[in-house]
Amino acid sequence: MKFSYYPGCTLKTKAKQLDLYGRKCLEKLGVDFEEIKEWQCCGAVYPVSKDEVATKLSAVRTLANAKAEGGKLLTLCSACHHVLKRVNDDMKNDDNIRLKANNYLALDEEYAGETDVIHYLELLRDYVGFDKIKAAVVNPLKNQKIGAYYGCLLLRPSETLAFDNPENPKIIEDFITAIGATPVTYAFRNECCGAYVSTTSKDLAVKKSTKVTDSAKNAGAEKLVTACPLCMYNLTENGNGEVPVYYFTELLAEALGVKE
Amino acid sequence: MDRKEQAKLIKERSGTDVRKCMKCGKCSGRCPAYAEMDIKPHQFVSYIEKGEVEKLLESKSLYTCLSCFACVERCPRGVAPANVIEAVRQEVVRAQGGNKVQAEKIPETINEAIPQQLLVSMFRKFNK
Ligand code: SF4
Ligand code: SF4
Repeated sequence: MKFSYYPGCTLKTKAKQLDLYGRKCLEKLGVDFEEIKEWQCCGAVYPVSKDEVATKLSAVRTLANAKAEGGKLLTLCSACHHVLKRVNDDMKNDDNIRLKANNYLALDEEYAGETDVIHYLELLRDYVGFDKIKAAVVNPLKNQKIGAYYGCLLLRPSETLAFDNPENPKIIEDFITAIGATPVTYAFRNECCGAYVSTTSKDLAVKKSTKVTDSAKNAGAEKLVTACPLCMYNLTENGNGEVPVYYFTELLAEALGVKE
Repeated sequence: MDRKEQAKLIKERSGTDVRKCMKCGKCSGRCPAYAEMDIKPHQFVSYIEKGEVEKLLESKSLYTCLSCFACVERCPRGVAPANVIEAVRQEVVRAQGGNKVQAEKIPETINEAIPQQLLVSMFRKFNK
């Protein structure tokens, strides 16, 4: 099975490590993937309003291209995943949006949500398997106490994202266990970091990120892992400064011995 | 367009059925931006149901809601308060002069570490 990999804009610039280590690990794990052709920015936020069609078109183009390449779209950034997954759901279930998007794009073949949008963590869990990852680890991150930071976009709304239990997720904890470290569960792991208000309402972002990092620290976490460049920014710049934040792919690369 | 029509449009745009709300307040109880909101998520739902839009258009909550979708997740009645807030925000930013962020002021507020994703998200939420 071949996966069409969608890196997204931020992973090509500020979040290069997330992308670079992500690719190295896929190679190491023997996952067949290729960067999807002619991808465009996903739009960064899902356009919630029912009358927004134009702002969804770039995501639809990507989804339709993935369909032509085999129908498995692999995402890594939490925000890209959220946008692509929800737009795909609209193309499947919202007659008005599907009709208008198809009329506008005039693709060779109509697109109706056929592509599967799969996050990298879902690939590890559902296609590779955490057991296999555990077996592939050459450098277990022993004695490291790591907190999973889920944030919002991977989990909610769970009706569409269907990623994990939105109130009590475990996929990242299972990932942490697989790479040989000890997961630390803390109360604020699925709370918002402050998202896109960190330039317009800095105080609010500081308050939110500080709550998350304090909660992690008090529970005994020495570091946090995330899949989102915006969460990474907020927790690092606006958090308490006492818990360093890593992209999960970087720790995976370390455990698999492909980080140089 | 009168206010009644405007409220109807906002309701349609939100894609959620505000009449289902049973006023339990769970959405507001779960909201991480509650303290920074002059009008709370459950109030957005009930004001729009009653067709009272004026107050909502001026609410500071439009810019403190984080689109975290926790209210949507928690609502026991399948209402999506975040969608109502978004629909009102769109009503404001789509109008002439409705942009919240001035592009010229951006360089003063950002630093090297800011990811592209943040800037694009901010513009998509607050400007047209
Ligand atoms: S989406 Fe907005 S209103 Fe709903 S819980 Fe999050 S911050 Fe509060
Ligand atoms: S949680 Fe749902 S039913 Fe309860 S007040 Fe909020 S919108 Fe209404």
